[in-house]
Amino acid sequence: MYSDVVMDHFKNPRNVGEIPDADGVGEVGNPACGDIMAFYIKVNNNVLEDVKFKTFGCGAAIAVSSMVSEMAIGKTLDEAMQITNKSVIDALDGLPKKKHHCSNLGADALHRAIEDYKSKQQGKIAERPFDGPEVCSCPVCDVNDPEEAPYCSSVCERTTGK
Amino acid sequence: MKTINMDHVAAGSLLPEVVEAMMPFLSEKMGNPSSMHSLGEEVTEALEEARGQVAGLINASDQEIVFTSGGTESNNWALKGMVLAGRSRGNHIITSSIEHFSIMHAIKALEKQGVEVTRLPVDKYGIVDPDDVRKAITQRTILISVMHANNEVGSIQPIAEIGKIAREHGVPFHTDAVATVGVIPVDVQALNVDLLSLAANPFYGPLGTGALYVRRGVRIEPLIDGGIQERGFRAGTENVLGIVGMGKAAEIAAGELESRVAHLIPLRDRLIKEIPASIEEVEPVGHRTQRLPGNASVLVRYVEGESMLLFLDMEGIKIASGSACISRSLKVSHVMLAMGIDAGNAQGSLLFTLGKDNTNEDVDEVVRILPPIVQKLRDMSPLYKRTSKFKAIG
Repeated sequence: MYSDVVMDHFKNPRNVGEIPDADGVGEVGNPACGDIMAFYIKVNNNVLEDVKFKTFGCGAAIAVSSMVSEMAIGKTLDEAMQITNKSVIDALDGLPKKKHHCSNLGADALHRAIEDYKSKQQGKIAERPFDGPEVCSCPVCDVNDPEEAPYCSSVCERTTGK
Repeated sequence: MKTINMDHVAAGSLLPEVVEAMMPFLSEKMGNPSSMHSLGEEVTEALEEARGQVAGLINASDQEIVFTSGGTESNNWALKGMVLAGRSRGNHIITSSIEHFSIMHAIKALEKQGVEVTRLPVDKYGIVDPDDVRKAITQRTILISVMHANNEVGSIQPIAEIGKIAREHGVPFHTDAVATVGVIPVDVQALNVDLLSLAANPFYGPLGTGALYVRRGVRIEPLIDGGIQERGFRAGTENVLGIVGMGKAAEIAAGELESRVAHLIPLRDRLIKEIPASIEEVEPVGHRTQRLPGNASVLVRYVEGESMLLFLDMEGIKIASGSACISRSLKVSHVMLAMGIDAGNAQGSLLFTLGKDNTNEDVDEVVRILPPIVQKLRDMSPLYKRTSKFKAIG
């Protein structure tokens, strides 16, 4: 099911862990959807000096997190913001289509950590940019109603606060 | 590396005797039962022998067994055939909230056609309360369908009791017994059922072969129209090869049932006891004793099922999970949700379905190999010993 690159990153994930004094933290996902990714970044001179992650999820989610961390380290913040769903999938030598939403989460979590860092730089309290009802929507088919999406990733009850 | 298969719910192996019984029907006995010549006759005899073997396994009479392409067809037929036949009497069916997709989705399709449906809840062990069935019956109820046992969580339903209630009210009663026939003793008389779905695979027969038991006198319309095979109940040339294999497997199962159950229960109980004992925050799923003999289902907190399965597979251990990432629909098992299990916790589902060839050594291996895998995954899980002050969103 998975490419050799995915299996390699799954078996030996790079950069697992937390950074206690991280400059930025970004977390996305919901346990009900099956994936949570947390990214921790250390920034020096506008460059991602260190990136660590913790992930709850399937093999693809773990491999994606590992790959995103590897792609991000050493990049400038602007470059890191350019890491996309597609570039992660390509770097992993492909993902099964039903796993594509995992790759979105990885880039999202990293981007959120960068946004968190930028907010702090501006002296703001970290915002939650997507406050509101939690819905797991699928970036592949853009459907977010579980009943209407029998083959989609949307498993999440529309609950808040979890 | 030794392979340990604890995923018998997916596919068991064929018994050698079953393969042997099937072989002639791949070569010299390649006849069509509908032919008038001697070859057709020989095949017809084999079909009828298999019918008797399957009937014997569930204490039915031969004429009450209709061969199908498996559990899914049997379930679809039972529901749609009974609705078609019962339309003049009513429009309401009662089912449970933990049925197999072949019941659940068939009922959804009927609902779109205007059939009214009552879906009964289950308790935290995944068991239907027969009293709820009684309360749900109306003048317009034309069918009750409750599964005998659920393969995902192992719980066995009080079918005989529900059947008694159905009979008191004169409502036909169907049970999906794919998980139980050939696995535990199943007696259609004792269970008070009118229709019962079964498949060959769970008792080491061939895939894609099953039957529907239709009690004599029950009026059901066919699902598949065509020629007059299966006494007009199910058209289409019979899957002779599969049916002969199922017959042989049924005959063997009938003889070995007790010893198979006696072999499986201690192994199952060891898994249910020893996995939570060796890993913290693991809870068993389903009823403790009212459960399938080879079914051990547990939830491992803070980790996701697929990632555990991948690591176990590298160690040669084949199991299943009800996690969303595993399912083709990418949804958490509706069975666990119906039991009130939190959708997040359900992601850590591990499902062991044991078979006759599993041993105590296999259980030793699982109990040895699983804990470090869980620890490795927990160490990378943001949910475990959570330190992040950020809450996951979106």
